[in-house]
Amino acid sequence: MSLIYPHESFFEAHPKHDSPTYRSTAKRHPKQPLIILPHTMTELSGPVYGHEVVQEFDNDLTRQHAGEPQGERIIVQGRVLDEDGRPVPNTLIEVWQANAAGRYVHVVDDHPAPLDPNFSGAGRVVTDENGRYRFTSIKPGPYPWRNHHNAWRPAHIHLSLFGPSFLSRVVTQMYFEGDPLFPYDPIMNEVPEHARHRLISKFDLDVTEPEWALGYTFDIVLRGKNETPMETK
Amino acid sequence: MSGVTPSQTVGPYFAYALTPSRYPLHEIFSTDLTGPGIEGTKITLTGRVLDGDGVGVTDAMIEIWQADAKGSLEHSTLGSGKSNSGFKGFGRCETLAEGAYAFTTVKPGRVPGADGKLQAPHLGVTLFSRGMLTHLFTRVYFEDEAANAEDQILNLVPAERRPTIIAKKVGDNAYQLDIRIQGGDETVFFHA
Repeated sequence: MSLIYPHESFFEAHPKHDSPTYRSTAKRHPKQPLIILPHTMTELSGPVYGHEVVQEFDNDLTRQHAGEPQGERIIVQGRVLDEDGRPVPNTLIEVWQANAAGRYVHVVDDHPAPLDPNFSGAGRVVTDENGRYRFTSIKPGPYPWRNHHNAWRPAHIHLSLFGPSFLSRVVTQMYFEGDPLFPYDPIMNEVPEHARHRLISKFDLDVTEPEWALGYTFDIVLRGKNETPMETK
Repeated sequence: MSGVTPSQTVGPYFAYALTPSRYPLHEIFSTDLTGPGIEGTKITLTGRVLDGDGVGVTDAMIEIWQADAKGSLEHSTLGSGKSNSGFKGFGRCETLAEGAYAFTTVKPGRVPGADGKLQAPHLGVTLFSRGMLTHLFTRVYFEDEAANAEDQILNLVPAERRPTIIAKKVGDNAYQLDIRIQGGDETVFFHA
């Protein structure tokens, strides 16, 4: 099935490259106007990475080490959909996050919070034939950064997705419903206001497992819709 | 129906998940797209990613996506997803010291453009980094390709800016192109 990728869907959802409240964008955005790219086979196609690249425990970040990580065990699940609400099957999702104390294992993270020897915070999962994904992890902690005085990132999990083409590719962050840090976070608030809620996962009692883990549901919508008769040439 | 999930920055700490060569996670992606049995001319593409001050960006991630040497995308989501040779057409590189990146791949063949004519050989490129809430799209062309003159997309770019997306030949099958996110000789980026 071939999809189309209206440019409007990109403008409507994504933050601008020049986002003044997120200071690091200042020297890292183009000042020349972007050129509208007619979509060719290069853009309309994409790489194929599926179940063959995922190993045991890639989808359970609590079982990658000898012991149990510290923190609140969570299950994150949802569907990956296109703009028409159709499932995106067999697509790779890469995830990474801080540990329960808000510390990343990355070598340049110098936040004075403890590393957890039983938690790396990196995982991968592939959607099933119905576009569903599910992984187990630890709720990440908020952490400070130096964007402005007393700046703290709300708890979040990074997600990287491919979808059906080079145009559906996206890297995003999933937040947790009710986080008091939302109003102060430039990274979230540079997203157009009407679209911000799409980044927030919902606590889900049906996903929660008794005496084991809290469940959160997060559906992800990638660019791409069916060509309608109105839009055919 | 549903709105697209907004992009958020890849941030400074992606390497242990997305480009984990220095971390325990097994690697899926590589900077080397070649391998045994892959047809075509093996090339290298190197360069730096520079910010608005001309300083190397040491925490960016570049992805490339391309046709095989014959101009086929059989390995893609539009084809069978598999090629006879195992060619995947996709590479990923983190920038490190000085913002340097390097890929080894094969020179892509020509694929049809939106105007129905064949495009000049090119790579699709996406750039992610801290300080970018949404990734940037660009392309890499090759200076020794006569087809550049008739490429529909290159011709959408003002002539004086075209060199920012045409890699220079710096040796036998070796190409070089810096990506300047902002400022003088700013790279051409696309709304894709």
